[in-house]
Amino acid sequence: MSVIEVSHLTKYYGKSRGIVDVSFNVEEGEIFGFIGPNGAGKSTTIRLLLSLIHPTSGTAKVFGKDVVTQGPLIRRDIGYLPSEVYYYEGMKVIDLLKYSASFYECDCKQRMQELSDLMELEMRRRISDLSYGNKKKVGIVQGLLHSPKLLFLDEPTAGLDPLMQRKFFDLIRQENARGVTVFFSSHILGEVQRLCNRVGIIREGKIAEISDIHTLQQNNYKKVRLEATGLDPNAFNLPGVTNLQSEDSQVHFFFKGDINTVLQKIAPLQVSDLTIEEPTLEEIFMHYYE
Amino acid sequence: MSATIYLHEFRTRLRSVIVWSLSLAVMIFIFYSIFPAFSSQAAAINDALSKFPPALLAAFGMGQVDMSSVLGFYSFIFLFAQVCLAIQAGNYGFGLVSVEETELTADFLVSKPVSRMQIMDSKLLAAFTSLTITNLVVWASTFISIHLFKGSRTYDLNALLLLLASIVIFQLFFLSLGLVISLLVRRVRSVTPYSLALGFGMYLLAAFSGLEGVSNLELITAFKHFDPNYIIQHQAYDTPLVLLNAAVTVVCLVAAYLLYVRRDIPAVS
Repeated sequence: MSVIEVSHLTKYYGKSRGIVDVSFNVEEGEIFGFIGPNGAGKSTTIRLLLSLIHPTSGTAKVFGKDVVTQGPLIRRDIGYLPSEVYYYEGMKVIDLLKYSASFYECDCKQRMQELSDLMELEMRRRISDLSYGNKKKVGIVQGLLHSPKLLFLDEPTAGLDPLMQRKFFDLIRQENARGVTVFFSSHILGEVQRLCNRVGIIREGKIAEISDIHTLQQNNYKKVRLEATGLDPNAFNLPGVTNLQSEDSQVHFFFKGDINTVLQKIAPLQVSDLTIEEPTLEEIFMHYYE
Repeated sequence: MSATIYLHEFRTRLRSVIVWSLSLAVMIFIFYSIFPAFSSQAAAINDALSKFPPALLAAFGMGQVDMSSVLGFYSFIFLFAQVCLAIQAGNYGFGLVSVEETELTADFLVSKPVSRMQIMDSKLLAAFTSLTITNLVVWASTFISIHLFKGSRTYDLNALLLLLASIVIFQLFFLSLGLVISLLVRRVRSVTPYSLALGFGMYLLAAFSGLEGVSNLELITAFKHFDPNYIIQHQAYDTPLVLLNAAVTVVCLVAAYLLYVRRDIPAVS
């Protein structure tokens, strides 16, 4: 069953583009990654699904219900963690969480306590005294305390330290194991790859590709930079190598395929420096469109 | 209507309501405490006032009534109370939904399982409750002050009740006008300049309409819709103007609902 069905969804803010003719489905129980550079339309899509903004044309359904006409009903089972978290500055953490819980027909006290303990959140402090990372934690607890069936995470890891990021990912995996569907937007390919089953790539307001994470990984480019003495750049003119550039004793190129073939070429050399890394999303996109 | 939002809204505004109510009560009380001294020298003062140009007196709301009478003096104070009430109601109106957007909490609220209609209902009702508290405090302060300082003088209770009853319509006018303006402009950064401009602007228009005798001005300023002098003198409202005022309020409220239901909540960054 599809939890989210988006069909030809278009949003213009006056004349400026939000998203154009976006269509995709998210199935129940999956973690769907939504990646794209800043300004591509990730937040616009999420905000449309939450009825924070209204579509210019096209339709979107969540739990089989139209987001424009049945928003309040849909939002009973939705948890939302925005990319930038802002709450009522004068309130204490505990009061904000209670206020948030009071919107749902559930006794969320126990879950609220569990989550706050897990995220090491200090409940008695004022929101205005919290650091950005701590506000983000409030956001996480606030988004999960009513045990939603669908989670929208809009660039959720910004501001969290690595330890908290790991806890957060574990938490999302646990929620997912309970059957919660997750819509995860990010511009960091790595974290999407770690967590998601399927990804949609959005670029300049349009869906560039929707694919299984495994397919994407097989298609995935590595960025290789090598510095060695007596280097012959032409030795790296292998199948799968693109964008090969060399200067002095350095080569750099993108590689797609079995990384061992490259390593075999490198092994006999006298290497002074070597990095093999994920290309940035921009670089991947450049490959998509070259 | 959501009880949760209503309570939250009411609590957020509680301090402001107390400050406004107490200030108004104290202002009325202190102002009225000079009434005994004022009226005992009524002849001298009325004589002095008569030397001012009548247009100027009209501008300050002292034109047509006997300042040495209980209600004549009160209607003079009431004009200042009206300015305060207008600014307070304007504040609440301008801030009603825009505050969520300036403080970036709109995402939090609107992504909860409540409809925009429910949000608006609850917020309006909470603001109206707050204004009503101030309204009641003004009533109480008025009666206490008049009875403490009127001495042996008498006054027409009906005229006073009419005057005080006008407060609620007056408040609703500024509340809904502020609200609809806040939804029409792109973003309200700070509420106070707007409500001060609206409150004082309309007051000045009312003063000018007295000064120039331009009767068209009285159509657009709420201070002339509920002119205290007129109400005290005639023991009645200027019905066409009051109806006009109420109609504007209704139109503003309907427009505010329509605008808010369709509104795109601006993204944070």
